[in-house]
Amino acid sequence: MANIMYWEAIQRAHDEEMARDPLVICMGEDIGVAGGTYKATKGLYEKYGPLRVMDTPISEGGFTGLAVGASFLGVRPIVEIMSVNFAWLAMDQMFNSAAKVRYMSGGQLTAPCVFRSAGGAAHQLGAQHSARMEKVFMGIAGLRVVTPSNPKQAYGLLKSAIRCDDPVFINEHELMYNMKGEVPDGEYFHPLEGSEVTRAGTDVTLFGYNISVHWCLKAAEILDKQYGISAEVVDLYSLAPLDRAGIKASVSKTHRAVVAEEDEAPVGVGSEVIAIINEECFFELDAAPVRVHSALVPQPYNHTLEKATIPDHEDVVKAVLKMFGKA
Amino acid sequence: MKIEDKKRVLREMVLHRRFEERCYQAYIERKIGGFLHLYPGQEACCNGVMEAARPGHDYVITGYRDHVHAIKCGADPKEVMAELYGKETGSSKGRGGSMHIFDAGKRFMGGYALVGGPFPLAAGIAKAIQLKGGDEIAICFLGDAANNQGTFHETMNMAALWKLPVLFVCENNLYGIGTSIERSTAVIHQHKRVAAYNIPADECDGQDVEIVYQHARKAVDHVRAGNGPYFLELMTYRYRGHSMSDSRGYRSREEEELWKQRDPIFILRDRLIAEGAMTMADYEAIEKETDAYIENEVIKFSEESPEPRVEDLEKYVLADRETQLPWLTGKAA
Repeated sequence: MANIMYWEAIQRAHDEEMARDPLVICMGEDIGVAGGTYKATKGLYEKYGPLRVMDTPISEGGFTGLAVGASFLGVRPIVEIMSVNFAWLAMDQMFNSAAKVRYMSGGQLTAPCVFRSAGGAAHQLGAQHSARMEKVFMGIAGLRVVTPSNPKQAYGLLKSAIRCDDPVFINEHELMYNMKGEVPDGEYFHPLEGSEVTRAGTDVTLFGYNISVHWCLKAAEILDKQYGISAEVVDLYSLAPLDRAGIKASVSKTHRAVVAEEDEAPVGVGSEVIAIINEECFFELDAAPVRVHSALVPQPYNHTLEKATIPDHEDVVKAVLKMFGKA
Repeated sequence: MKIEDKKRVLREMVLHRRFEERCYQAYIERKIGGFLHLYPGQEACCNGVMEAARPGHDYVITGYRDHVHAIKCGADPKEVMAELYGKETGSSKGRGGSMHIFDAGKRFMGGYALVGGPFPLAAGIAKAIQLKGGDEIAICFLGDAANNQGTFHETMNMAALWKLPVLFVCENNLYGIGTSIERSTAVIHQHKRVAAYNIPADECDGQDVEIVYQHARKAVDHVRAGNGPYFLELMTYRYRGHSMSDSRGYRSREEEELWKQRDPIFILRDRLIAEGAMTMADYEAIEKETDAYIENEVIKFSEESPEPRVEDLEKYVLADRETQLPWLTGKAA
């Protein structure tokens, strides 16, 4: 096990897959000569050259479509969209071309592309550089969505996404690239489907993904130490498809659920998880499930307002205490 | 073009015309649903370019007016019509419809319904060719109105920057849906717009298949030789409306008649007759044989083919699960 950073894990997955298969390429803004805004492609340009490590013009719709077209012929492009806010410009190609081509061609063509992008609020980046958009991607037929919460997942999910024949959107987080964690020394493929019980508990399930897994873990610690509440933390690293069986199994055990997401509430991960709970195990519930989420405002620049917009572990603790009648 | 090729192309263009006219009839009979964008008037464009290229070898991609391009690449007209009928035997197994004809085996990479959407896809196909080192080229057929999308400029820039083997064919039929080019576009002659990207470009009459062929010859050779992209503009006209709901109130019948006097099929037919290569009776026989083929084979096949099964509704959304298990479960060998 190596203790490496999230960005190093992503870089390693690129490097291994590019060394293995000459049709694996990567592209994006500043990923080559500059090494990538988050260093996720550091050193690859020098190793694999400009034909396979493509510094693109600032044309998100254009180069995303180019990647999709190349994938029709068996090329495996890894596209970095520098910020998920810019992905709006590329969504036509992701949704209308990549996600639909297999279906509308009756299975003749497929678009095995990987789209990686950093979302989330960092530090006072304002309304157009702070969005969380996973909820937009997770409702698209034909598109897989995964979101790594640690370096091991960042490495293993990217490895699997490159190999998978379906288009995969990988939702990363601006604040997590320097997070350290254990990654297996040998080659490792993380499942693209399912969920992971990160901490076992008996009284309430805290569902998180990506950064919110860490709020849940911290909240579980506080709930255990200060309030004697045993919280289970479930990491929903796959947002499309969501793990119905995993959600059901945990809630059937704890009978209570809190879903924590950095995204705004409407039509989000929380809405979807709670709908699944209703469909799968409504009669197991001892309390109404709740969501912890951002305020529905364009991200404010002001530091105090920004902090007030985004939830954290304290909001998860509060939601659980309220559920238990302790707040 | 050689006489034999011209005679073959005439026969093909008659098939393309009659196929489309038969689609119109089937649409009126409600055998075909959805949107239907027909190609009559523009036949010389696709035919002239593809005669200069290698159908089935070069990759072709286009918009939603795609039936004829698919057939010219080698798609079976029976499967194209069955697709319009929504049948399981259709080229996209009834899942695509008129705007989404595909034949990957013939390297017809599809019809797409977002105007301008195929531009970057074509560049991507060219990128894949470049990486793999083949002698194929990518050919992107789109209308003039697509050039007002951002993807046009983004793609021209990338194609020129990376010297991608892609030929952009602009079938300038003077209308984007129901808005004339004068009313939507600051530049009428589209080939002028790519000068900004240092892409060689040419314009010619899109009604005379031999003229199209001659200009396309140069274009195709340029791209295949590894010189990067090329842009060929063909001045043409669609006889019917944009789609079936379009009654063409935005243009005069006189204008339409003027264009019909330069009909691509009649231009070639009359030339072959003048050259003594065929007679009017020969031509009439071609029409008759074509109609019989369409009725007795194409329509019959489409009528008699089975519907897709509702049980298969979700098939083709994602790759076959069994083939993906190592990545879905993490249990890679």
